[in-house]
Amino acid sequence: MASLWEYANPLKFMRTTERILPAVSALAALCLVGGLVWGFFFTPDDFRQGSTVKIFYIHVPSAMMAVNIWVMMLVTSLVWIIRRHHVSALAARAAAPIGAVMTVIALFTGAVWGQPMWGTWWAWDPRLTSFLILFLFYLGYIALWAAIEDDDTAADLTSVLCLVGSVFALLSRYAVNFWNQGLHQGASLSLDKEENVADVFWYPALVCIAGFILLFVALVIVRTNTEIRARRMRALLARERGADA
Amino acid sequence: MIALLARDLRLAVRAGGGFGLGLSFFLIVVVLVPFGVGPETGLLSRIAPGVLWVAALLACLLSLDRIFALDYEDGSLDLLATSPLPLEGAAAVKALAHWLTTGLPLVLAAPVLALLMNLPWQGYAPLMLSLLLGTPALSVIGAFGAALTVGIKRGGLLLSLLVLPLYVPTLIFGADVARRGAEGQDFTTPLMMLAGISFGALALLPFASAAVLRVNLR
Repeated sequence: MASLWEYANPLKFMRTTERILPAVSALAALCLVGGLVWGFFFTPDDFRQGSTVKIFYIHVPSAMMAVNIWVMMLVTSLVWIIRRHHVSALAARAAAPIGAVMTVIALFTGAVWGQPMWGTWWAWDPRLTSFLILFLFYLGYIALWAAIEDDDTAADLTSVLCLVGSVFALLSRYAVNFWNQGLHQGASLSLDKEENVADVFWYPALVCIAGFILLFVALVIVRTNTEIRARRMRALLARERGADA
Repeated sequence: MIALLARDLRLAVRAGGGFGLGLSFFLIVVVLVPFGVGPETGLLSRIAPGVLWVAALLACLLSLDRIFALDYEDGSLDLLATSPLPLEGAAAVKALAHWLTTGLPLVLAAPVLALLMNLPWQGYAPLMLSLLLGTPALSVIGAFGAALTVGIKRGGLLLSLLVLPLYVPTLIFGADVARRGAEGQDFTTPLMMLAGISFGALALLPFASAAVLRVNLR
């Protein structure tokens, strides 16, 4: 019986993830390079936006990841609170800086894109503002992890912060919408809408999104495994010191 | 619970600093703004609701770390945790004490400072109303942040980093009530949202605060 909870065992988790890591990394590299090259060189320019539209292939996936990584952290935090699996807490910890970087990438590429299109680097638009707030949430979360020495305490506190933060991040999202109507276009990719981005742009974008997701998975695996090894090393050192004394 | 409230209030008033400090900070921030943006009355009255809200929020932030830190250091928080009063109740009472010593004075002082900022006369009632409804939310959210960082030495800066993003929705709706009021528009929608956030936070956050306090006392 293969249950998902078997991977709560760090040994089992490391064995499995290390077996799939090369494949995931290779696929991530392939998708990213393939998708970006396809998007940059083999799609036509937009008839209004010209070649600036191509930043889309980085902007959209990174923005999607920025939000989804927070959701992943929420889920792993819940798993930690409910079932006390250390791997889960470590995965949340490993994901946070990646999420923060994704948020910065989304904001930065958005600014670079916004300059020629809207004539401004920054506008207090609901989407931009909520991303900035999301970035602050990531910073607080990372800072709280860094500030507490005891691992389990840190995992508990950050998990609760993640839960409360999620509620307030969602509230902020709607509050900001209410506060200012924006320049940003609505969602350009969705599964249920009739009108979508044209297929020529849509397929390379999908490949890029897949690449970003795979890259995230690979990074989380590496970072989680590093953290498990670091903990083992600390435990061994502590034991050795105890034996000497 | 009432005994705990009375004790916290007495401590806040007698220990000095905490009680008047927030209020003086509120005053100073509001006085500094005209120096920064210039004394033009039209501009001041336009930004008055926002400035007053941001200043109140910062003043609230200033005294947050006192909510649990002192009790944590001298061990009375451990006693509270083992007392028959549930820790959730203690967390709520502490937040209430913080509001009575910081939030309520801010609400009462706001009209005087609004005068300095040249707020239009129809803006006074909405400003007070929004602060009255919004500052309790600031106190309970802040109490949660204080509970999170209680075990950390010099956690004040971290506390601000954690709490300020959580303040965003309250600030948006609160300042919007005050702004619409000052411009003579209808402000029922943001007022409802503000009340919703406040009551929601009051109902739920003491549980989160108690949970993290238990972790910190472990």
